[in-house]
Amino acid sequence: MAKIHVTMKVNGAEVEGLVEPRTLLVHFLRETLLLTGTHIGCETTHCGACTVDLDGASVKSCTVFAVQANGAEIATIESMANPDGTLSALQEGFRMMHGLQCGYCTPGMIVRAHRLLKENPNPDEAEIRFGISGNLCRCTGYQNIVRAIQYAAAKINGAQFKEAAE
Amino acid sequence: MNDMTPTREQREARLEGMGCKRKRVEDIRFTQGKGNYVDDLKLPGMLHGDFVRSPHAHARVKAIRKDDALKVPGVLAVLTAEDLKGVNLAWMPTLAGDVQMVLADGKVLFQSQEVAFVVATDRYAADDGIAKVEVDYEPLPVVIDPFKAMDPDAPVLREDIKDKKDGAHGPRKHHNHIFEWTVGDKDLTDAAFRKAEVTIKELISYHRTHPSPLETCQCVCSFDKIKGELTIWGTFQAPHVIRTVVALIAKIPEHKIHVISPDIGGGFGNKVGAYPGYICSAVASIVTGKPVKWVEDRMENLTATSFARDYHMTTEVAATREGKVTGLRVHVLADHGAFDACADPSKWPAGFFNIVTGSYDFPTAYLAVDGIYTNKAPGGVAYRCSFRVTEAAYCIERAMDILAQKLGMDPAELRLRNFIKPEQFPYHSALGWEYDSGDYHTAMKKMMESVKYAELRQEQSAKRDAFRQGKTREIMGVGVSFFTEIVGAGPSKNCDILGIAMFDSCEIRLHPTGAGIARVGTKSTGQGHETTWAQIIASEIGIPADDIMVEEGNTDTAPYGLGTYGSRSTPVAGAAIAMAARKIKAKAQMIAAYKLEVHEDDLEWDIEGFRVKGLPEKSMSMKDICWAAYNSVPPGMEPGLEAVSYYDPPNMTYPFGAYICVMDIDVDTGVYKVRRFYALDDCGTRINPMIIEGQVHGGLTEAFAIAMGQEIRYDETGNVVTGSFMDFFMPTAVETPHWETDFTVTPSPHHPIGAKGVGESPNVGGVPAFSNAVNDAFSFLGSTHIQMPHDYWRNWRAAKGLGVVA
Repeated sequence: MAKIHVTMKVNGAEVEGLVEPRTLLVHFLRETLLLTGTHIGCETTHCGACTVDLDGASVKSCTVFAVQANGAEIATIESMANPDGTLSALQEGFRMMHGLQCGYCTPGMIVRAHRLLKENPNPDEAEIRFGISGNLCRCTGYQNIVRAIQYAAAKINGAQFKEAAE
Repeated sequence: MNDMTPTREQREARLEGMGCKRKRVEDIRFTQGKGNYVDDLKLPGMLHGDFVRSPHAHARVKAIRKDDALKVPGVLAVLTAEDLKGVNLAWMPTLAGDVQMVLADGKVLFQSQEVAFVVATDRYAADDGIAKVEVDYEPLPVVIDPFKAMDPDAPVLREDIKDKKDGAHGPRKHHNHIFEWTVGDKDLTDAAFRKAEVTIKELISYHRTHPSPLETCQCVCSFDKIKGELTIWGTFQAPHVIRTVVALIAKIPEHKIHVISPDIGGGFGNKVGAYPGYICSAVASIVTGKPVKWVEDRMENLTATSFARDYHMTTEVAATREGKVTGLRVHVLADHGAFDACADPSKWPAGFFNIVTGSYDFPTAYLAVDGIYTNKAPGGVAYRCSFRVTEAAYCIERAMDILAQKLGMDPAELRLRNFIKPEQFPYHSALGWEYDSGDYHTAMKKMMESVKYAELRQEQSAKRDAFRQGKTREIMGVGVSFFTEIVGAGPSKNCDILGIAMFDSCEIRLHPTGAGIARVGTKSTGQGHETTWAQIIASEIGIPADDIMVEEGNTDTAPYGLGTYGSRSTPVAGAAIAMAARKIKAKAQMIAAYKLEVHEDDLEWDIEGFRVKGLPEKSMSMKDICWAAYNSVPPGMEPGLEAVSYYDPPNMTYPFGAYICVMDIDVDTGVYKVRRFYALDDCGTRINPMIIEGQVHGGLTEAFAIAMGQEIRYDETGNVVTGSFMDFFMPTAVETPHWETDFTVTPSPHHPIGAKGVGESPNVGGVPAFSNAVNDAFSFLGSTHIQMPHDYWRNWRAAKGLGVVA
């Protein structure tokens, strides 16, 4: 199958590659760029394990063709840490609040939460739950993911994180 | 002592040992996308394999034509059963003593069955090849309804064994019958029913569902022709068992097989068994001489790679008018699908379903299970439960509610009247188990006080009056569940997998500078073993948990273990870890005594090391003992500080819990709202409360999904109608209720650290709590039992059936 040349900015770096028109963005990221932090859980846009940030929006990279991302700016989990290499507020929140278990949904969940907090820096619990409802988790039951995002929001806003009362 | 001297509490806290909410070691890599999952592996020259699957549930395979597929660019090979016969691998043995087709041999027996394996240079080319494989099918009549499978004129499904009168577990009664398994005293139980003042009888079905971890099943097989060695990276919950199975069926010497389970994206039982994808990838690698990757997609995972439950339990309870149970009789029709590939300990065709007497003191009980074949996917894995314990807990917990309803008694009160009493432990159940410990009354009462149970019932009563008066269209249910689990398989006297006793193991090696590595025979699929195993060691030998690296999943380095499933890691491997640590501690004591020039008996343990009794300033830390172990051990002693333990547990452990669900249902729409869910778990000693709580949240969410809608459903022609996440209920953060957790602690008397295992309790106890809430809501309208799953439509249908909706 004839290949098409694509260029995009991924995690701040200009990249290029030859892809088939049918190549999925997630396969381009994982197999060509070797950015394996973005995972595949369903290939039908339901689970969100493949969520990446594309031109400022959360998208599920299993149902975007690489050619559709030509010229786009993409951020994956590999770019979420602080510039000095320490865990970002979100990453730290997930660890401190036990917002992950097997870790498979975590990259998509963090990338999605990253965008959610850009859109709404101070979401309440219902807004967080709705905001991450495109991302499935089989391990945590979401409760600690919600707390992780609340922790991060507080830290980013310079506020004190209050543990939700049990 | 100056003010800077740390207190005992501070010293213990620095170790981050047992009881500490230690943050997880794993999270550093997982939160940065640096986990190492199977599909992340990319080897030079690696090929991809993918399956041609059957669209039919039952059909004769008349011909498979591969020529056009082999012309597709990138396609290198198409394997069929005929090819596998050359290496005697067209069929493979199952864990349950049956055999299973690896690729369709003459016929297909369920929709999505593996028919051919296309090997290509990449996954897209493999898909192109699949589209070009032509298969001629001749459809055959299908058997989907398990109650029709043993009709005299039912189609013969398994022609390969149609004349076999005996299966792996005794005589077969019919060509679609697999086994009959009976436990208990039938005569005594029948007599109890004849004398009973009150009896109930109900068909309680637990529908077919699927564990569906977010990462599907996958592997990479790489055969080195020069060395004759096969390396398999795979999503294996039990890597050592996979190595042994491969050695037995592929005839490769076991030391030349390297099985590696890297990070695994959830298991929940799905990744215990051996699936055709593993066999075909290994054969393809041997044939091509290149690494072959197989990654199933979600639809393949849901429709072909195993299933859970599908138990149809006709349940009878005998009791006195005062509500004392006197007998239990259960018959199970167990739908195993096309092959009996249940992942149970080999001698247990129905797993530990004989825990069905639950938390109650039944003087007698009788259980019979008939396993049958249908045109459905094989598997029967324990979806976050210990081998059919979830089915058993659902059965008895529904039955107790049905009995309470018949007696006009409160379901919590009925349970309290029948609990095994604390002084009865160790308790011998009527169906053969020895419960190690329990304090059910305390747990139940704590739950009832915490949720103000009496007030809930008053509110319900008022709401029912309001409903009757037409003032509301909402009904309220209070679902009580009190479960007893049986986990930690298991003692070699009654548990094995293909003849290998179900012990587990740990090797600890301490380095000169006081840090070390622990290798364990289990495999975390999200439970956080790298964190918690180090906590056990920290408490046992006084080395900070941060200084212990935990490694699992590599069969070349880890001692042989039976893996992680059935909540067995803590009861079995957790014990092995403590025992290995204690061996190290014993040697350390000898070294310390030598260095401190005292007798061993003059030493006592003091958090991080030994000190001389009565002379607390004379002490030696474990860190210093490590150094001494490598340069100045007592004369005659071998240097070094390491130990291995293989732990054969003397008994199972029996975690228990009291759960309650409060739910409101709108009868006109069937829409339910979980108002409150409270879960009290007693898993004995608690190693990491943060992780326990997380496990409970996750298990409850799975229970919620199963009880309220998650189902693998077939239409009458054998099509799977819930084969994607669009149709198969996977709760999002929006639907998932808020969870309240609580605990009591009743340590296991036989476990070295008193721990019992917890990962599966919330699934086991949660399902009956949800289902009892729905059934309790409808009970005042004259309903006795409504089958799961309780989705909106079925709730509405139940309301309509009860005449409260036009």
